Amino acid sequence: MSENPSGPSRVTVVERLLTANEEVASDNRAEFRAHGVKVINIMASPGAGKTTLLLSTIRALPHERLGVIEGDVASQVDADRIATTGTPVVQINTGGACHLDAPMIRHSMKALPLDNLELIFVENVGNLICPVSFDLGQDFNVGLISVPEGHDKPYKYPAIFEAVDLVIVTKSDLLPYLDFEVDTFRDLVHGLNPEVPVLVLSAKTGDGMDAWINWLEDKLPHQERLA
Amino acid sequence: MAVSEDILRIVTAYAERGGAKKVTHVYLVIGELSSFVDDSIQFYFNLLTPGTIVEGAELHFERIKTRFRCRKCGHEFEPEERNWMCPKCRALGGDVIAGKEFYVDSIEIATLEAS
Repeated sequence: MSENPSGPSRVTVVERLLTANEEVASDNRAEFRAHGVKVINIMASPGAGKTTLLLSTIRALPHERLGVIEGDVASQVDADRIATTGTPVVQINTGGACHLDAPMIRHSMKALPLDNLELIFVENVGNLICPVSFDLGQDFNVGLISVPEGHDKPYKYPAIFEAVDLVIVTKSDLLPYLDFEVDTFRDLVHGLNPEVPVLVLSAKTGDGMDAWINWLEDKLPHQERLA
Repeated sequence: MAVSEDILRIVTAYAERGGAKKVTHVYLVIGELSSFVDDSIQFYFNLLTPGTIVEGAELHFERIKTRFRCRKCGHEFEPEERNWMCPKCRALGGDVIAGKEFYVDSIEIATLEAS
């Protein structure tokens, strides 16, 4: 720090931002672990098919104890859809924020029966940008991209593709009608994130759902106990 | 909003430690890949700072461009908007070595009252 009694001084800081969120995320992580629950954060654009995928996923895992945390700017629409399956669900309305953050999760997790759950899906606010920067305390990040959105999305939104543990191309039933090039998309994703699996599926027709369910079952807490 | 609150918290802590009467400049380093937009940070900053020692401080944004290190040949390069090929070996993409930065670098404070 330069000493200049009669004028301004420059103070070196070099402190990362969002550490406050990270501290709460850390607490969340510890809490989920203490209850033996795995948490998967699902991120995608609005309309990519997050809720529809969750509904198909719930139906495909009838014996697992699942919970859902829904994040939207407003409305209960998504939570209501999930509730029809009987799965415990809590809706967060951010009231304007374009992403969920750790304090929101900390508050909403109290409304779920954590002792009775194995896996919680967090459906983040529809957005390919902001959610990436906010750790929630999750175990895995999954990014969805739907066929109508186009295969060049990694160029436009590199951060999310670099950050996720799994990429899913949804609405594969539309491939015959649109110009989405799966191989090009895979190459771009692997250019950023070489190890990440890229699945292609349709929650509507069920095509490709097996690979997603297998990936999930591999992550369930009881699998670790068997290993 | 959370980001601007964080900036305010960090800046206030360092300013008080430095014996500041006022913070005049805040220097931020933001990588191209971080999801933050200068305008929204400035907007929320303007909302949060009235009445604090940070009020009126000028925000400076140093943008760091994304850089890859080619996984094949180790060459470091700045990818183009729609072209991620390594200029040396033409492999696609690389490990991100710059562009994810997001921190308050330094602040400028005034330790005396303006006369």
